[in-house]
Amino acid sequence: MITINDIHKTFNKGKANQVNAVNGITLTIAEGEFLVIVGSNGSGKTTLLNLVAGSVFPDAGSISIDENNVSKLPDYRRSQWIARVFQNPVSGTASDLSILDNFRLAAIRTKAKGLSVGINNKFKQEVKEKIASLGMGLENKVEQSMGTLSGGQRQALTLLMSVMDSCKVLLLDEPTAALDPRSAEVVMRTADKLIADFKLTAILITHNLKDAYNYGTRIIQMSEGLVLRDLNNKQKSDLKQNDLFDWFG
Amino acid sequence: MDFYLTTVTLGFCYAALALGIFISMKIFNIPDITTDGSYTLGGAVTAVMLTHHQSPYIILPAVIIAGGIAGALTGLIHTKLKINALLAGILVMTALYSVNLTIMGRSNIPLSNLVSLFSSIQIVTDANQNTFWILLVFVILITFLIGYLLKTDFGIAMRATGNSESMIRALGVNTDRMKITGLALANALTALSGYFFVQSQDFADINMGIGIVIVGLGSVIIAESIINWLRITSVWLSLILVLAGAVVFQLVLAVTLAIGVDPNMLKIVTAVFVLLIVSLPRLSSLRSS
Repeated sequence: MITINDIHKTFNKGKANQVNAVNGITLTIAEGEFLVIVGSNGSGKTTLLNLVAGSVFPDAGSISIDENNVSKLPDYRRSQWIARVFQNPVSGTASDLSILDNFRLAAIRTKAKGLSVGINNKFKQEVKEKIASLGMGLENKVEQSMGTLSGGQRQALTLLMSVMDSCKVLLLDEPTAALDPRSAEVVMRTADKLIADFKLTAILITHNLKDAYNYGTRIIQMSEGLVLRDLNNKQKSDLKQNDLFDWFG
Repeated sequence: MDFYLTTVTLGFCYAALALGIFISMKIFNIPDITTDGSYTLGGAVTAVMLTHHQSPYIILPAVIIAGGIAGALTGLIHTKLKINALLAGILVMTALYSVNLTIMGRSNIPLSNLVSLFSSIQIVTDANQNTFWILLVFVILITFLIGYLLKTDFGIAMRATGNSESMIRALGVNTDRMKITGLALANALTALSGYFFVQSQDFADINMGIGIVIVGLGSVIIAESIINWLRITSVWLSLILVLAGAVVFQLVLAVTLAIGVDPNMLKIVTAVFVLLIVSLPRLSSLRSS
């Protein structure tokens, strides 16, 4: 599904503050795989995710999604395959727009945003039903602006928004880092359910080793822009939670 | 009565400008100073084409295109060359001064006795009232068009661009192109104000745009204060408040002059008035806390 071939990314090249974020990673992520990435700060996790999303371009190497070489494709064109949930709830939703407006945009992620009014009663009903499935009681607040909701509610809605349109790859960049433990659990469970229900290929970055242990079908540990450990589903299920803590010991 | 009529008419002239500033400032979060130049550009194109006996209906699209190009230029400089939006606007505005002077050929063009938009249509016999009604029709039309646009999928994407850029890029929108389009639209509206102003006042002047951005800002800020105060989320109501803001702004200035304030002090009054509206919500919240 996603093939990453020997990619490199250096920031501020040639300057005193040069950062070699990703130093030649080769990785193949199969369809339906739920890859968890762990690693200390500055290990290149977020850069790797941004390279896959197209927010930054590699200095060398290539990335393909579904056999298409997307190395030079900007993020707004990779959105035909990729949906994202950001670390900051504010980044994944538009605060001043209503929940309904946010969902409308998500529903046409892979399509052109044309000059017709797309929000009608049928669409509204559809959104309400989807939101009701979260069980957060938000279905009657669809006209409210997104900014009135809590971070946890917004992350849960962002997840739901990602499957409003056809979606193959879901990128989760520390989606629960800004949330309290209870909301974090709801968001992670929702993510896990959606990934299973929609057979998504997913990449999750997390600092929460409990989540890294509980979720996913494969785990890699990154360090200094390289893959340090790579465990498949079988190896991951044999892993004990304490082993994970030892990785960072 | 005539006093209020001409003031409200002037407010209507500036309605398009106010909507333009609403789009650039409130929707895209870009302080767009191109306004001063594109407003005069609209006036210059109108004046020169009128003196060449062109129909106001042909001038209308020409003005919109001219303003659109000016805005698109600012957008291109801002997005493609990654130059601060404020500076990009100042650069285009500065360059436009020469462009406008070249278009006009001289610094002032009188337009009396020429067929303009307001003399070509006769709704009522009184000239002032006639101008008022024609402008009212245009203002309603423009507001309807912008309101509809903001409701479409494209419009929602536009509003999201100024609100959460990372989100809307992840949802497949080229934000650079969206900003260029938005600034083009905003400046097309601004130029349209120049088109109305020149024809209602029967002259165009190279300096007519100096400080005009504050008229738009003032209108939007008046509207915004009410929007925040009453927690309005409706797009239509917001647009109507911006229009009302444009009229109220002119009324305040007219009343200031009518009560005998020295016209030289008018710009100070304008600045203080805008400052007052901006700071009022903050001052009152300071006192309550």
